[in-house]
Amino acid sequence: MLDKTRKTPRLPSTAIDLRPYETFLIHEARLLDEGYFDDWLALFTEDARYWVPIQPNQADPFETVSLMYDDRRLLETRVRRLSDPRIYSQEPRSRTSRTVTNVTVEPDAGEPGVTVRSKFVLVEYRREDQRLFAGTYFHRLVGEGDAMRIAMKKVELVNCDAPLDGLVVPF
Amino acid sequence: MTAAYSPKELAEMVEPARVHRRIYTDPDIFELEMSRIFSAAWVYVGHESQIKNPGDYFTARVARKPLVIVRASDGSIRALHNQCAHRGAMVVANDAGATDEFQCCYHGWTYHLDGRLKAVPLNHGYPDDFSTKNPNTAMVAVPRVQSYRGFIFLSLASEGQSLENFLGYMRTSLDDAVDRAPDGELEVAGGVFKHTYNGNWKLYLENLCDAAHPWYTHRSSIAAAQQQKDDVFSDGTGEIAIRQMRQNGAPYSFWENQVGIWTYPNGHSYLGDYHDDSKLVAALNDPVFREYHHAMEAKKGKGETQRVMEVRRWNSNIYPNMSMMSQFQQLRVIHPIAVNKTEVHTYCFKLKGAPEQMFRNTVSFANVVNGTGSLVLTDDLEIYNRVTLGLSSEGAPWIEVGRGFTSDEPDPHGGRKGKNSTSEVYIRNMFDAWRGYMLGDSGAARKQVA
Ligand code: FES
Ligand SMILES: [Fe+2]
Repeated sequence: MLDKTRKTPRLPSTAIDLRPYETFLIHEARLLDEGYFDDWLALFTEDARYWVPIQPNQADPFETVSLMYDDRRLLETRVRRLSDPRIYSQEPRSRTSRTVTNVTVEPDAGEPGVTVRSKFVLVEYRREDQRLFAGTYFHRLVGEGDAMRIAMKKVELVNCDAPLDGLVVPF
Repeated sequence: MTAAYSPKELAEMVEPARVHRRIYTDPDIFELEMSRIFSAAWVYVGHESQIKNPGDYFTARVARKPLVIVRASDGSIRALHNQCAHRGAMVVANDAGATDEFQCCYHGWTYHLDGRLKAVPLNHGYPDDFSTKNPNTAMVAVPRVQSYRGFIFLSLASEGQSLENFLGYMRTSLDDAVDRAPDGELEVAGGVFKHTYNGNWKLYLENLCDAAHPWYTHRSSIAAAQQQKDDVFSDGTGEIAIRQMRQNGAPYSFWENQVGIWTYPNGHSYLGDYHDDSKLVAALNDPVFREYHHAMEAKKGKGETQRVMEVRRWNSNIYPNMSMMSQFQQLRVIHPIAVNKTEVHTYCFKLKGAPEQMFRNTVSFANVVNGTGSLVLTDDLEIYNRVTLGLSSEGAPWIEVGRGFTSDEPDPHGGRKGKNSTSEVYIRNMFDAWRGYMLGDSGAARKQVA
């Protein structure tokens, strides 16, 4: 059902230079597509979280299950498993291709850093089967020295509540 | 229409300690299973907390047939075939909701909550026997619907054994789930995982009590969790997941010496628990569980609380379509879609009267044991897919289910137990039930050989 109380999005400001954010997101997508998972992990802050909700407009990852919800500790374990040669669900490995577009900056919600919203299309090929995922990324990015780091990454899949075979490669 | 296989041919596919692989791959067998097992047995469809008030409903699927399960005006639970009696449109399209009548979207026929026809627009010119009172104009009700302590089962067959007989001693796993709630009540909460695989429905149940597979199948997540440093930031959720993955690394000696497997008539079984982690097992010492114990003792007394804590079960399978973890507030419903396609829906339960944090831990636990993106379950899904691929070859025609065969023992409650948890007795037991449904025999011939 459509939520009638929700607010119409505002036209994004043209004053913000999006190029640093776009460059960052494109780089992140490339690390994932090419399997540089340790380098991907290094983009996250020490208290980062990574979240793929299972419901549209899911309020939180604590009272409802999630396709993936990792605090920093579990994210490290997830990434370590990805490079284990005996990860049978990645034998053979998936190949993925991500396209990240429609980058905008979300209004300030009082949290540290900047929340960048973008659209993605992800094609995953594995064992004669090609799957298509699409949705919205929310990256809360914070500065650490000269570098940009991900404090929170939320992935809203269009088909988050569909029956799905296993999801192994992070979105 | 004649059945694809004669009883003799079916009987020859199930031997005491092996079964013919056709049972997992043949579409004709699958169709027979849909009519002889899923359309005859008691099948779990949902929980009463999903339909608390009159008019609350949810949709379900049994033997691939769409149904709507509803709390009728008199408080009773009804299950209706989700088909309009006019020209056949599916009436209820939402997964769940609340209504005071069902209205078809095609020509607007309306139905009472119990399925009786209420009103028909343009109600003129029909033959004489056309009336809202005529049972032929109703949404057809499923003949038998019954709940046991809040768990709703139905049977598409109007005759057969009672739900009590069907459950038998396995009711104790349902009891255990409810008895763990300080207020004596469960509530389905926390969303649903829906996962699919390209494989037969039986593979799923056969894996759930398989104590011999974690060490191999889950070695990537076991190793990754064992190597994880504990001083890295966690908000508590990752900690639960990592502790669970480490527990999967218990060695064979543990499974063979400390854990048991019990089976009962009609294909049911449960695996003993294997956890010894204080954040996962309510019987052990942890601040959240201490608070829970106080709540239990306040409501139920010390003796009963202790009795409940001593019940230690991992998966309980209620054949043919449900598996639950009473101790961990998880429940899975298995939906066969085709001979090589299965969908599984998993649910969490909130224990009424337990500390809030306990349910949060239940959600974290669900993410790792039942999650579509779990570091563990994804390897199980890969196994189901690989069994299907393996069976598409021209390898051995027989599937071996003989581990522990020579050491099965009777159980005091009318079942059979394995010498220890690595026995495949629970698979042999499911095939006894399979024979019973498919052939109308009791499986006695197989037991004799055993
Ligand atoms: S098909 Fe339902 S009203 Fe006509
Ligand atoms: Fe497993």
